[in-house]
Parts: sequence; C-alpha cells; structure tokens
Amino acid sequence: MATVTLKPTKVPELMFEGYSITPDAFAGKTAPQIADLPGHEGKFVLKLGDFFEVSGNGGETAADTDIVITGDCTRVKYIGARMTAGTVTVNGNADMYVGGWMKGGKIHIKGNMDSFCGIQMEGGELLCDGDAKNHVGCAYRGDWRGMKGGTIRIKGSAGNDIGTAMLGGTIIIEKNAFIHVSTHAEGGTVIIKGDVEGRVGGQMVKGEMYVLGKIKFMMPGYQKVGTVEKEVDGATYTFDHYIGDLGERHGKSKGQIVYANLYLKAAA
Amino acid sequence: MASGEMIVKGGFIIDPTRKIDGDVGDVAIKDGKIVDKVSSSAKVIDAKGKIVMAGAVDVHSHVAGPKVNAGRLMRPEDKFISGVFRSGMAQKNGYRMESGFSIPSVFKTGYDYARMGYTFVMEAAMPPLLAPHTHEEIHDTPIIDEAALPVFANNWFVMEYLRKGEVENTASYIAWLLKATKGYGVKLVNPGGTAAWAWGLNCLSLNDPVPYFEITPAEIIKGLIEANEYLGLPHSVHLHQNNLGNPGNYPDTIAALKIAEGFKARNKFGREQVMHSTHLQFHSYGGEGWKDFCSKAKEVMDYVNKQKNITIDLGCVTLDETTTMTADGPFEHHLHSLNHLKWTNVDVEMETAAGIVPYIYDKNVTPNAVQWATGLELALFAKDMNRTFITTDHPNAGPFTRYPRVIKWLMSKKAREATIATMKNSDKMIGLTNIHTMDRELTLFEIAQMTRSGPAKCLGLGNVYGGLAPGMNADVGIFDLNYKNLPSDAEKIETAFQRAACFIKGGEVIVRDGEVVSHGHKKTVWVKVKMPENPQVTRDVSQAFTQGTYTVDIRNYPVREYLAPHQSVIDVNVEA
Ligand SMILES: [Zn+2]
Ligand SMILES: [Zn+2]
Repeated sequence: MATVTLKPTKVPELMFEGYSITPDAFAGKTAPQIADLPGHEGKFVLKLGDFFEVSGNGGETAADTDIVITGDCTRVKYIGARMTAGTVTVNGNADMYVGGWMKGGKIHIKGNMDSFCGIQMEGGELLCDGDAKNHVGCAYRGDWRGMKGGTIRIKGSAGNDIGTAMLGGTIIIEKNAFIHVSTHAEGGTVIIKGDVEGRVGGQMVKGEMYVLGKIKFMMPGYQKVGTVEKEVDGATYTFDHYIGDLGERHGKSKGQIVYANLYLKAAA
Repeated sequence: MASGEMIVKGGFIIDPTRKIDGDVGDVAIKDGKIVDKVSSSAKVIDAKGKIVMAGAVDVHSHVAGPKVNAGRLMRPEDKFISGVFRSGMAQKNGYRMESGFSIPSVFKTGYDYARMGYTFVMEAAMPPLLAPHTHEEIHDTPIIDEAALPVFANNWFVMEYLRKGEVENTASYIAWLLKATKGYGVKLVNPGGTAAWAWGLNCLSLNDPVPYFEITPAEIIKGLIEANEYLGLPHSVHLHQNNLGNPGNYPDTIAALKIAEGFKARNKFGREQVMHSTHLQFHSYGGEGWKDFCSKAKEVMDYVNKQKNITIDLGCVTLDETTTMTADGPFEHHLHSLNHLKWTNVDVEMETAAGIVPYIYDKNVTPNAVQWATGLELALFAKDMNRTFITTDHPNAGPFTRYPRVIKWLMSKKAREATIATMKNSDKMIGLTNIHTMDRELTLFEIAQMTRSGPAKCLGLGNVYGGLAPGMNADVGIFDLNYKNLPSDAEKIETAFQRAACFIKGGEVIVRDGEVVSHGHKKTVWVKVKMPENPQVTRDVSQAFTQGTYTVDIRNYPVREYLAPHQSVIDVNVEA
C-alpha cells in the first residue's frame, strides 16, 4: 500500500475541477508526476501542483493507492469521480460530484459535501461524516439510468433529490432529508433515519425506501397494506408498509404486480 | 465567397456528374467557383495520393427548428454521452463550444458536417408556424448552406383544397407558404396521420380517412405531387410515409410509391423524380410482430429500381443511443409506450405536430439488428446510386456523424461481417435479413453518387452543388484515401471520411487536417414562386388569421428578413 498526501496550498479563485484526484490516475506515478496531473479552473487547464503540495508516490495499481487530502476542499469538485479501487480520504469539506460514477474503492469525506455526490455510482463505498447537499446518488440531469450499485452513507442530513432514477445500491441518510426521494427509481434502497419533508417515491416503479422519522407530506400514490417487522442497518423496527406509486407503470413477477415499497416506522 | 485563385493539385478526382472515376487531375478555383484554369500564381493545395470529391449534400436531416431544440432541452444527458466536455477548438479564439451527440449544438452541427466535407444540408421538417425559430437556428449553424422543407401533408388548407380536388388552389397556397416561411419545398410527414393524432387516432393505411377532413393519405400524396409539378419546384414532394416502423409495413410502402406512377417531373432544374421517399429503412419491414420482424429491403428495392421517377434515402440505423424526433406525432407516442423513455408531444395549430423520444438501438436486440441490416440492404440492392442517398434520418436512426461508418459498411463486406459477429443474436438476425448473403461492396464512385451528384440533382441544385464542373460552387473535399490502393482495413475508410484532409467551400479553406479553420460563409437557400394572385387563397389565408383559427396575427407569421441574413433565393416563375 502506498499513501499519497495532498496538502492544500491555495484556495482556487473559481472552483477547481479535481477530476485527476483518483487512485486510478495516481497509480504508478511519482509525487512530481502526480503534481503535474491536469485539472480545470474555469476554462484554464492547471495542475494539481498549483493547488496542492504532493508527497508520497502512488501504488502500483489503483487498489494499492490511498489518497489523503489533509485540508479543506470546499472549492474542489470531482474528488474520486470514476475511481475503481483504492481509497480517498478528505480531512475537511468537499465540493460537488464526490465519487460520481465511481465503480469501486472507498471515499471518506470527514466534513460536508456539496451536491451530486455519488451520482450514477456503480460500486464502492462513499462515507460522509457531515451533511450532503442535493442530488445524493441521483442520475445525471435528464438521464433515466441512476445509481446502479455501491453504498453511500451520510452521517448528517441531505437536501433534495436523493436516489433519483436509482436502479440498485444503497443510500443511507442518518439524519433528515428534504424532498424528492427515489423519484422515478426502478430499484435500490434508500434509508432515511430522520424526518423527510415530502415527495417520497414519486413515480417510483420498483425499489425500497425506509423512513425511521416522519414524512410531513405523504404522496397520494401510496397505499398502506400492512404492518411488518424489518431489520434496517443493523436494528429491527416495526413499520407501516406502503406500496406505490400507484400512478406509475409496474412490472409483474409470478403473476403479481411488483410495486415500490415504502416502510415508514410505525408510531410507538 | 473568397476571391482569388486556388488549385487543388494532383488528386484522384471522383466526379459522377462528369463520369470521372479516379483520374488524377487538378481542380481550379476562382472567386468561389470552379473554373477551367487559373494563373500560375494561384494558391496550390496538394492532393497527391488523396481522393477529391465535390462537397457533399445531405438530402434529409433534422438539424434546426423547435423539435431539435426541444430535444436538446429534454436531453441534457446527450452531451454527457459524447464524453467530450470541452472541445479543443473552443479554447482557440473565435470558435464556439461544441456539445451534444445525437442532438449536437448548432456549432457542433456546422463543424462536424464540415469536417466530413458536407456543404449543403436540408432540414427535413419545418413546422410553418415555427419557421422564424427554424431560420434563427439555421443562421446560427456555421459553415454549411441549408434549406428547410415546410410540412404540408396535415395542413388544414391543403386537406380542405384537396378534398375538393382543387390542385391549383393547393399550389397557390404552397407558393404563399414557401414565401412566408422561406421554405424550400413540399414535405409530407405521415400524410393525414398526424392530423388524425389530434383526435388520438392515426392513419396507418393509405385509405384510412382523416377524421373531419374525410380525405385519405393516398389522396393527399397524389394531390401534392400534382401541385408540386404544377408549380415546377426544384425539389419533388418529399415523403415520410404512413405506418412508419411497424412490422409488415412494406406493402403499404410500395402502395404509396405506386402513387407516383404516371407522373413526370416538370421543372427547369434538372430534377427527374416526382417523389422522394425518405428514410425508406423504416418502411421496409416484413413480419406480423416483433418475433418474425424481418427485412423486406429486396421487395421494396425491386420496385424502386424499376421506377425512374422515384428517389430514396436510406435512413440507416447506426446502432447508437440516439433521439428520435418527428412530425409523426402518433408514432412517437407508440415508441414511448414501447420503451417507456421520456416523451415530448407538441401540436402546431392548423399545421402539424411533433414528438420526441430517446431510443437506444441495441445490436443485441434482434429487431434493432434487423433494422441495421435493412438500411444497408436498401443500398446494396439499389441499381441506380444516383437515386439512392445516404442518410440516417439524423438523429432518428443515428446521428449524421455516423455517415462515415455507414460508408464503411457499404464499401466493405468484411466490416459488415465484423459488426454482425459482435451481435448476440447474429444467427437469428441473419435468418431474418439478406445482408449475410450479399457480397456487393460499393465503390467510391457510387458513394460519390449517393452523397454528391444524386442528392444535388434530386433537390434541383445539380447546377451548383454535387460536382466539380466549371461554373459550379467551389466546394471541394479532399480525403486521405489512395484510390489506387484502398486500405484493407476498412476502419481507415471511416476515419478518412470522418475528418477531411481538406475541405474547401466557396473557394475558402474551411477544414485542414480534419479541423475547422474558418467559419466560412453559410447561406440559407429558399424557393420563391412568382405566380398570378389567387384571390380565393388570399382570402382563405387572411380569414384563418382574422377569424381566430390561428393564435397569431398574420403580420407575425412570416420569417422576417433579419432572421435569414444570408439568403440565396431560387426563383420559380409560374405563368397564368
Ligand atoms: Zn421522417
Ligand atoms: Zn426525418
């Protein structure tokens, strides 16, 4: 295992597009070569070395490469985007598109993240100790092919549009979420441990949603069909089981219509 | 238009208009036109070891107008598919950002056509009411000359006149509308079917009556051929047939082609056909459903080959993720119900409608593989390549940027077999098509007919586009292919046509080594008919605006001059 450490030295004037900050790009490179990797600031192509002091060489492969950013990346986008293996740790905040399109490996953001983290993610793990803004694990704008696999865990709260057009994988929000959860989803699991404002599962075809807090405004297209006990993220609760979205098309399996499931923790 | 002299020296010239096939020679250029000879001080462009063809002409492509723009708005992910977030060119001064794959931005549209050596592109379906927007977009598309075909076959005036058999009134109305919209010719999209769509219906057969108007698609097609020839327009009627895309539609296709029998082209522009049947691939299917869905390219081409007064374009499926968009509103609804992807539907008052749905042509899905084969088979069965044109009905069957790939497939059996070998259900596809048994490989001369001389003649533009004879526009493409020694690796054919070694338009170098070096001087071409005033049509049109049938005032309807600043007007005079 090899660890590459990036120490932020300069705050970008615009946002810096750090699409080169991945174990895949760092693998097989020396520290000076890594410092030479490109990134955009607006229309200008700059280098990682313009914003970070790089120490340590990359491992032989992405899987052998750990990246540690020792400070704040509030103005750095695309950290770990498209990575397939290895790890990235940020000891601070990160801007948009953390782990977008990632296929494997592990990202740990110790601060907060901006929007679009884990969009169209296919595999791997993305962990955030703070809050995430909007579009956690959603599809690219306009696309109907959302997150396919992997796990996103936000220890704080998230904004709107979580898991839009999701097809697989798991998103866990440990605190609250705002609106639009699993919109248009056709698979996958979203767990929200706090409260949600509303629009949970709109136009959802298939997949699972768990809400341990309250939903302020329920979608009209969901119907309660029973009460069930289920284990969620290591603990067991009693849930009111809803199916929906009744206004959307649904497939069949063994002669039965397959709905999306919403499990809302039953009042104690 | 550039002044000064230029000479393209020593290339293998391929020019079907003069039956020149690979002779080594020069092309002399002066003041934007091709000339016999130039002085020794002319700028020399070396074409040694490369082929030299006229600028290419696209007879049918959807590149400007409200549905193209709606497609862009509806599919932000389309630019993501292209994988190119920033074009290198845009970094240089004076060039604009390029984005999009199946619905490229106007700049990418102009640049990519130029890179492939195209000089003229016909926007294939302009809703008349939205012609101002179409022209704004045409004007914003750099380099290429363009024209647009307004749609007529679901227009209330046309259906009213033709129901009563009034061909002259129809012709007068066409003349008025071409002028108002700065249009080029008469486009028919799903005749009657799109009007029926306003009632939630369609006209799948030629004899299905249009609700309320009580006219049939066959009557609309016949009447518009008569009106088109009455006027003597440069182009013939341009027909998107009924029953598009459905299994077993080929008998309807041949029935519609038969309507042209007995008509003779009447015009001063050298056009010989009375009907252009577009994207024929979508209309050449057998089978009763998707399970036995098969190619009937042979049956359709057997008919087309016999009928000299018909031209066709292919509409080749390129096996890409693309965006379908057409004035065939009911078809798009049908497609949406098949693939469940997002759908846009628009009604355009008394004139037409449109729909948009993304579509993924998957080589592992047998009907898509059959569609791929059908498009290529049409060309491989064709006897007269001057009546058979390469298109992808951009973006419906694939983006226009795949023309070089279509050329590769047509020129190389090996390339076709290589694609077949990657298909999951190749055996099944082979059983449902002819392609695997076809050995024909088209020549560069035939490709030049299909992309240059043929479409130019079909549009009545054969005197300026599509050839390298003195007097014609100095639009010249140079491609890195050795005529005497074509590469055994067909991929190189695709590469050569994707990025011209050099492209000259109007005597100005536009592309060098595959990259755009000038925005050139684009023109908007339209047809202005001069004919005696027809009081009834004038009254009918003005009433439609004053009695509230249209939602706009007649003063806001026409395309104003400032929206089409670089016009090239073709005059047509109709005597009383
Ligand atoms: Zn069409
Ligand atoms: Zn078309």
